[in-house]
This record gives sequence, structure tokens and C-alpha cells, in this order.
Amino acid sequence: MSDKKKELKPNTYKFDTLSLHAGYQPHKNAGSRQVPIYQTTSYLFDDVDHAAALFNLERGGHIYSRISNPTVGVLEERVASLEGGTAALATSSGMSAIFLAVMTLCEAGDHLVVSSQLYGGTVNLFRLTLPKFGIKCTFVKPRDTEGFKKAIQKNTKGIFGELVGNPGNEIMNMPEIAKIAHEAGIPLMVDATYQTPYLCKPFEHGADIVIHSLTKWMAGHGSSMAGILVEGGKFDWMQNDKFPTMTKPYEGYHGLSFAEEFGPTAFTMKARAEGMRDFGPCLSPQNAWNVLQGIETLSVRMKKHCSNAEEMVKYLMGHESVAWVSHPSVPDHPDHELAKKLLPNGRGSMIAFGIKGGKEAGVAFINNVKLASHLANVGDTRTLVIHPASGTHSQMDEATLKFAGLSHDMIRLSVGIEDIDDIKNDFEVGFRAARKPRLVSNQ
Amino acid sequence: MKFKVDNNEVYASTGGRPFDKKKPLIIFVHGSGLTHMTWVLQTRYFAFHGYNALAIDLPGHGLSGGESLKSIEEMADWVNSVIDAVGHKEASLVGHSQGCLVTIECTARYPNKIKTLSLMGGAGAIPMNPQLLSLAENNDPKAVDLMMDWAHGPAGHFGGHPVPGLYHINTGTMLAKSRTIQNTLGVDFRACDNYKNGFEAAKKVKCPTLSILATDDKMCPVKEGKKLAALIDGSQVDIIDNCGHMMLLEEADRVLTVLKKFITTNYPPLSS
Repeated sequence: MSDKKKELKPNTYKFDTLSLHAGYQPHKNAGSRQVPIYQTTSYLFDDVDHAAALFNLERGGHIYSRISNPTVGVLEERVASLEGGTAALATSSGMSAIFLAVMTLCEAGDHLVVSSQLYGGTVNLFRLTLPKFGIKCTFVKPRDTEGFKKAIQKNTKGIFGELVGNPGNEIMNMPEIAKIAHEAGIPLMVDATYQTPYLCKPFEHGADIVIHSLTKWMAGHGSSMAGILVEGGKFDWMQNDKFPTMTKPYEGYHGLSFAEEFGPTAFTMKARAEGMRDFGPCLSPQNAWNVLQGIETLSVRMKKHCSNAEEMVKYLMGHESVAWVSHPSVPDHPDHELAKKLLPNGRGSMIAFGIKGGKEAGVAFINNVKLASHLANVGDTRTLVIHPASGTHSQMDEATLKFAGLSHDMIRLSVGIEDIDDIKNDFEVGFRAARKPRLVSNQ
Repeated sequence: MKFKVDNNEVYASTGGRPFDKKKPLIIFVHGSGLTHMTWVLQTRYFAFHGYNALAIDLPGHGLSGGESLKSIEEMADWVNSVIDAVGHKEASLVGHSQGCLVTIECTARYPNKIKTLSLMGGAGAIPMNPQLLSLAENNDPKAVDLMMDWAHGPAGHFGGHPVPGLYHINTGTMLAKSRTIQNTLGVDFRACDNYKNGFEAAKKVKCPTLSILATDDKMCPVKEGKKLAALIDGSQVDIIDNCGHMMLLEEADRVLTVLKKFITTNYPPLSS
């Protein structure tokens, strides 16, 4: 017999199990194996004392579906568990999750340091809309790690960026930028929509708040809008006096100090108690349920997304009609090594490529592919294409387009999980059409 | 609020209400390596209903200064000093896990001061698994992961937090990792392992006592809790099904309902 004692190992559930079960117990829901859709606006109080206790955060529970809902709550816990976060708050879209995070963190007169490579709508929020609320932003190129440090001011309340920039696939050096943020006593907020927690868990690399558009890979089916913010629980809001609405008795909520009372879940508690009350970007229970269906197969889908994307990268790199390909799996991608570290389970399914023939060829390509869908979304199970300069980023002027790293020949490809040969065959049709005008003009 | 005991700063949550010397005092004592935040779903209720609800951070824990105390007996004396420091002559004590050992010992030592005793996941002794103890004393984060695994029942593992959006295990993990593990969890586990006086102390408890136990509690199983309760005259026992050791969060509503009835009956609030 061996003298060795059995090594103790925690038996907490792993990723694939949490994707299916986290946040839900059937025996508390009439034995329903599937998560029920609580299609209700409001919830009965036991008595006046119970009502007062719920409003005053003395007890947990639901009051009104703008603030919380049991079906949405399952989704929130599930995503928190997958991310390794302490708490989550689901919203009606990814954009509303970003807005809610910023408004929970900032007041008029505050400042944010923001990556310049973002989804066009997010750029406009930071560049044009937040200044209307008195919140100013300094944009920094995602690879300019020192630039983030230099841009921090006395009134800076956080750093925000997309881990992999949209649409140019530039990767933020998250561990280094997190260090810069924490040295300045401010949190790092990361939009990790492109990665999902299957590919990257930003909290393990120093992020403090993670945001997702759940509309994309997390749901996968492209049927429902949803967003979420997730809290890591490590950030110490009480380390300085930068966040008085988190640390001081808050007039807006019965003199509550969120940081003292709720510690590692303080940000989410404030975002819900204040933000959902005042702005109300709540997620419908039906859409929460739809997203839950997608999350059940997240890891299975992400593996296929990534393997198809790597096949497409090889195909595009060898194609005569393609001028350049940007994907972190490409060895000469400037962030190839960083991607290996931050995205060990796969480099994602977003590819940007330049089509020979510029804008005219791009338009012809997009107008002629049949299997790939031309639309303003990413992360669907189906393959999607768009020409950013004339679509998602069309509201930008020439200078902003250039600063965002966009070119007129760029096509953004979100690789789906169809049979890879069918995707390639479809692209051949698109490339033939893209070459045709040039062949004609050369004759 | 902050005050001093033995020249060290003590942090105690007052449940969102200012401290008022006229109101009766309830002191909540957290478990190994944890903080006042484990009590958030009990303290706010009492604070808004006629009590001073003080959820303390033990020395060296959470937001309190000083170093962690090395024995349950020292912690018991320290809780008594807290009563004095806030200017009260008596208090009701509520403990969780290690906090039960502390509050039993405190009640046995200062019987005239303690008016009621409420034990959540309590036992007369909490001997530690040697591997777990060693991991904690060597600052290994695996100690926290193991504790979170064993401390949570179905609600912790699957989810279903009473506060929408919160995930039990990760929240508990962050609380336990908020200070250096070996200085909090390591010291606490050793203090629990060394403490042998729980059953004798229980025999000396004469105030009304409540034990809340949980069927899925692996750290202080129901049979151990019952053994302890049997030594205390007239002790009430409430057992929660499908719940683990972190019952104060996993079944916060049930715990609050039982606790509220027990404390308001035996130690009435200041009527408004």
C-alpha cells in the first residue's frame, strides 16, 4: 500500500458544466429542468415589512423587472461563474452595458483613457455622447501601452478598451495596462465580446470589469440583443478618494456605502441599485432565456469557430485576390505572441482582410457572396461579412477612420461554424466577382 | 464605523445606520478568513429595526488593523472588549463557523454580559484537515478554493444567490483572498484546530441560544451541531435542507427569518 495521502482537490464545477447549470436549481422552480421564463413585471411582497426590506437591500429578492428578474438572474450568475467574477448585471444590449459601467464609475468632470480601436458605436459614445454628460476621454492606440500611462490625468477614473480591437485585430497588452491602471488607483474595463470567457478570462490578466455584448458569440444564434457587465471583485474602491459614490454614504441610496457593505460586489450592486433604477436598460426575460440557450453550447461552438477561422486564414493568405490578412494566429501579426498568452484556447473567429482592387472590389465581393451574410453583426454561428468603411464605421470622417486603423479595402469577416468547404466555395464566387470589373477594365 | 481596541483600529459595519448607544447591541462574528461582508443579508435588517448591528472584522481581517489573534480564547476576550469599546454593558452575539467557537467561549467567560447566543453552522470543536491547514499556513490559494468548495452546498455550487446577479463561490473566494491568506485563514484555522474547550464552554451557557444547522454542511455537520446544542439548556435548533455551511448567504432569507424571531423575542429592539 502506498503511504501517500490523496492530494486534496476542489470539486467545484468546471467550465462546460457551469455553461449548462450555473445560476439555476430546478428544485426551487417546480422541478422545471429548463430555466423558466419569468415573464412578469413585478413580484408579490409578503407584507409591508418584507417590501421595505427589499427596497432597502436588507433582503435579497426581486421587486420590479427593470431592476432584476429571476430568468435574467440565472443568466447573470451563469456569466459571472464562467468569467470567474463575483457578480454580473445583464442589460438590453452591449452598448447599454458599456454606458451603465461608465455611469456607475464616473461623474461630470471625470475623464477616461480609452483604446482607439473600438466598435464604431462605442467610439461615438466615448467621443461624442459622454462629453455631453461632462465626461471626457483621451484615445490611445491599443498597442501604445506607455501611451495609456501618459494619458492618465488627476480626474481619470478608469481605462477602457476592447481586448482585441474592432475591426483591426490589434490586441491590448492587458496585463501591462492593468498594472498601469492599478498604479494610478483606477480600474481597467475590458470589452471581451470577441473572446467570450472560453477564449480568455480577463480577470486572470488584471481586468476589473468585463463587458460583453451577449448578442454575439455568447448567444451565437443572432436572435436576441443582450449585454452584460461582470465584476472581478479584486479592485479596492477604498484605496483612494477617487470614487466617493462607491465609498461614502450615498445620498442616492439611503446613506449606503456600497464598498463597505458589499466589497467585492460593490460595483454591480451600485450599477443595479442606481443605474437600473435611473436609466432602466433592462434585459427582457425572453432574451435572457434565448442567450442562455446559446451559452449551453459555448465551448463546443467556440472550438469550431476558431478551427474554421484558422482554415480561412490559410485560405485567404494563399489567395491571389487578397492583399493582406489580419488575425492573431498569423505568425507575422504584431500581437501573435501576446495572443498566444492571452488567448490560449484559440485566437477568435474575427478576420480582417484587404481585397485587391480597393473599395470597388470590396463592394463587388460583398454583393456576390451568397452563404456569407452581409450584415452589421459579428459572432453569429453563420458566417458574416461587412465592409466597415461603408457600414459599421460609416459615421466616421476620414481622419477618424485613419486613426481607428481602417482602410477602404478592408473586409471584416466573422467566421461561422458552417462546413469550411462551403465557406471557401462561397468566397470564390465573391472573389471572382471582385476581379471581374478589373479584368474588364484591363481589356 | 471605526473604533479602537487594544490600540488597534477595528472596523465594524453598522448595517447602514449610524451607531446609537440607546439601542441594544448585536455583534456578528465572521468565520475563518472571512469578513463582516458575510453578514450583509442579516445586519441591514436589524440595523433598520431598532438595534445596533455590528458586523465586526476580527483583528487583521477585512478593514480592521492589527494582527490576527492566535487563539479562540483571545478572540473571545477581544469580542468582550468590543462591547466595552462601543460603550455598552451587554450584547447579543451571533457567530458563524469559527465565530461560533468565539461566541460560545465569550458567552461562557462573560455570562452576565451576553443576552442571547445565535450559532450558524456551529460545532463544539472544528478540527482541521491537516492538508488544508498546511496549505493555508503556507499561503497557498488552493486552501481558499478547497474551503469554498466544502463550505458551499447546492446553492453555492449551482448558484441561485438571494441577491440577483451575485455568484456565491467567487464572491466568497474574493473575501477570503482580500488579505494575505496565511495571516488570516492560516492563523484562524490553527486557532480552530487548537481549541478544545467548546463543549465545556457550552455547558456554561445559560442565555437563550439558537443553533441554525444545514443538511449539506460538510464543515460542521448537523450531528456535530446537535451534539453541541444538546449541552446548552433550552437551546433551539433549526435545520435547513439542501444548504451548506454558508447558510447565512445560501439561505439568507430563512436565516434572517429564524434569527429575527429568536432575537426580537429574547432581546427586544428599541421601539421607535
